[in-house]
Amino acid sequence: MSTKIKINSQIFQDSNNTYYPKNEQEVSELIKQLYKSDSPTEIIGTNSKNYIGNKTQSANTTSLSKLSGIIDYKPEELYIKVKACTPLEEIEKVLSKNNQELAFEPIDFGFIKDGISNKGTMAGYLCCNYAGSRRFKVGSVRDHVLGFKGVNGKGDIIKSGGTVVKNVTGYDLSKLIAGSFGTLVALTEITLKVLPKKDSSNTVAVYTDEASKIFDLFNKLSSSSSEISGAVYVPEEPKNEDFIKNKNDVFKFNDLKLNTSFLAFRVEGDKISIEEKIKILKKELNLKDFDYSVLDIYQSELFWKKVNNLEIFQKTKNNILRLVIPPSHGAELLKSLEKKYKYYVDWCGSLFWIEVQSKKEEKIKDLKKLANDFGGYLTIVKTSSNYDYGEPIFTVDSIRLMISEKIKKSFDPKRILNPGKMYRGV
Amino acid sequence: MSEIALPKIEKSIIDKKKEIVKKLSKLTNSDNVLSEADELRPYETDALSVYTQTPLAVVLPENTEQVSEILKYCHEENIKVVPRGAGTGLSGGALPLQDAILLGLGKFNQILEIDYHNKCVVTQPGVTNLGITHAVQHKGFYYAPDPSSQLACSIGGNVAENSGGVHSLKYGTTTNNILGVEMVMMDGTICRLGGKSFDQEGYDLMGLICGSEGLLGVVTEVTVKILKKPEVVKAALIGFSTIQEGGDSVSEIISSGIVPAGMEIMDKALIEATDNFSKAGYPRDAELLLIVELDGTESEVNELIKKVELICKKNNCSSLKLSKNENERLSFWAGRKAAFPACGAMAPDYYCMDGSIPRGKLTEALLEIKRLSNKYNLPVANCFHAGDGNLHPLIMFDGNDKDQLRKTEEFGSEILKTCVKLGGVITGEHGVGIEKRELMCEMFNDDDIEQQLNIKKSLDEKNLLNPGKVYPILRKCAEEGRVHVHKNKDKFPDLPRF
Repeated sequence: MSTKIKINSQIFQDSNNTYYPKNEQEVSELIKQLYKSDSPTEIIGTNSKNYIGNKTQSANTTSLSKLSGIIDYKPEELYIKVKACTPLEEIEKVLSKNNQELAFEPIDFGFIKDGISNKGTMAGYLCCNYAGSRRFKVGSVRDHVLGFKGVNGKGDIIKSGGTVVKNVTGYDLSKLIAGSFGTLVALTEITLKVLPKKDSSNTVAVYTDEASKIFDLFNKLSSSSSEISGAVYVPEEPKNEDFIKNKNDVFKFNDLKLNTSFLAFRVEGDKISIEEKIKILKKELNLKDFDYSVLDIYQSELFWKKVNNLEIFQKTKNNILRLVIPPSHGAELLKSLEKKYKYYVDWCGSLFWIEVQSKKEEKIKDLKKLANDFGGYLTIVKTSSNYDYGEPIFTVDSIRLMISEKIKKSFDPKRILNPGKMYRGV
Repeated sequence: MSEIALPKIEKSIIDKKKEIVKKLSKLTNSDNVLSEADELRPYETDALSVYTQTPLAVVLPENTEQVSEILKYCHEENIKVVPRGAGTGLSGGALPLQDAILLGLGKFNQILEIDYHNKCVVTQPGVTNLGITHAVQHKGFYYAPDPSSQLACSIGGNVAENSGGVHSLKYGTTTNNILGVEMVMMDGTICRLGGKSFDQEGYDLMGLICGSEGLLGVVTEVTVKILKKPEVVKAALIGFSTIQEGGDSVSEIISSGIVPAGMEIMDKALIEATDNFSKAGYPRDAELLLIVELDGTESEVNELIKKVELICKKNNCSSLKLSKNENERLSFWAGRKAAFPACGAMAPDYYCMDGSIPRGKLTEALLEIKRLSNKYNLPVANCFHAGDGNLHPLIMFDGNDKDQLRKTEEFGSEILKTCVKLGGVITGEHGVGIEKRELMCEMFNDDDIEQQLNIKKSLDEKNLLNPGKVYPILRKCAEEGRVHVHKNKDKFPDLPRF
């Protein structure tokens, strides 16, 4: 940043060249200055997920961490409006007091990074748009954003949406902002739809490691009207590899067998309807042909927390891939992963989290090809420290890249906000 | 009826009509191009039938390549294009322009693939909303968004408008229920956004296209999610003797942690009108009628119904009836679905408004509408998607009386402004179109609108695709018309309207 701007700016700046605007107006002023001086900036919240995406091409950083606090929470209206960088944990705590929650079940990316919980901020989470296990039932993060305010790359404060669920007034920019990794606006306010928590949950673990049976079960689960709200497959890990955490260290429960692969699904509701649903599902899935066990509410809640903490990849030094495909290709993909990788399958057969050791980076290319062939995609969520970027972090075809460039330009003509975070030149 | 500002007519384009028709015939085939006055008449308007314009020509391409070639040609020759699905839109989004081609997607009427394994259907945009459910219901599946015109409205139009329906609180609107689209941009570029897998990487362009009212691209294929039908669905019909008690019950039901599949409210005027019209057996002495629909497993639904019953009794409901079987449940809905035609039978004309408000402001909104009704001396009937806060007041008037017409427009405008004042928005599900264009500045400031226009410009730099819609032309808050129905001659009088 030029000396002139430093003198003119009243906004606090630390020795690492990071700016800390205190409010929306200051964010706007700062970005206006940066726009004037053609000075790109990295936009961060509390930096909990800074390992996701490319390194930005910028000389300074704008931290929105001071924009924190709940602005308006109306439990009876099922919405909460927060300043952009309100910690997710704070939001979840407040909602929990009213027996409500963010239904998309936020993932705790802190475990991968430092081995401890750090959910980061709402803005950071929205910018990734990575929903947890309940995704296939309730939608993604983007489906729960009712509106936002933010500052575009010219420094203009803009808004979209509102606090009501039904709203078709103007373009739905909330969708565009979700998963944009801070490249379109510096968020200042977010309004989210919240939903009541279910009274209770049980989880049924089915012990099998046959790809065709697993995906047959996933298919029957997603075809059931019993509305299951989570379904994962956790395989035994390859014996000859050296991982920091083993699946059997993470998923230790009284009613869950160790040292064997399992598919687990969650049933939520009041106690009577859970019993009723499990009874129906036992029949639909032909569970009498399998070995299975049921985790009660205490075990069930902790189980899904561990799934959504990505705890089996805790503190990993390796590459972590997020691969999403239509579930009909799942069995095929599973066969090609078997015993070669540490992984697990979420979203009732759609989402594969895969760890690829740094010495085996070339495998990423093969997996990406498989994902694309199956009509899905692969994102390298975390790279090992010596990753050579032979495969880009995000994949995009030439037409979508062309449109993305245009969209970026319409928000941020001088590429001030997080340039290069997703794609080179965007 | 009010005059409405439309983009400047390019005379040079009209002069070239013959040449354009010839070229279009070449790009598809001559049977698919309509250019004679009598052929064009059916396309002069959509369901906002108060506004009519004759298009330069209508072209009905048969495949994506033809759409691409047509758009590319129009882009090169600076010819405006108005896309059109089934023409059931209520905000004038498909209103033709005299110097524009009307691009109809009516020939895109095939379901391409039913994929039960991935729980999705790949369909052409001209297939009706209900057509999708019909194609999968024998296996117990359905497509969730259910705009009331679902019998006739096309899925492509649903994407353009981000259509909702009665069940959107629990199941979301179109944007939450589609996985992918194929779209042609104004310069002819064909692009695929999303597919059969969840949450495409990168910018959510599909999310941007959904609800963009045909301004950013022409959708030529849609992949929608299908859901398994719930095991049990039951409804309750509950009467209240005051608006306040009914409104409080709605808030309490939501606060108690119940997410009903549907929750609808009708006021006294509408209870009478619909009961006269469809003999639904509604409690005619009630000031307010609440229909609550719950779905899930048998015990779950019974438990929820008990809770709803308790809340409503606590709030002094004057009557309460539970559906005993599927036929009775459908009969509860019959009157509600006939709300619009029932109003048509009560007055020569009615205006349908479409605003959203926070649920808790229902009483305030209804009382304000009542006050305005007295102020303007015009009767009004209210139906309300209480579950998601979407309000549809129906103002009754006589369009032959110019003074009444003017007053109706003022009344309508005041209602929408009230919605914004109460923390809501000017359109919940009917879209902005040309109808609420000038009211956009009630919600957005110049910076907000400029950002949206910049997006439009970046994808259609010549502003050729559906120009004059959604964004104010004059950049001022003029007050324009709403859905105006004369002598019950709605464009589609038989369609149920919510």
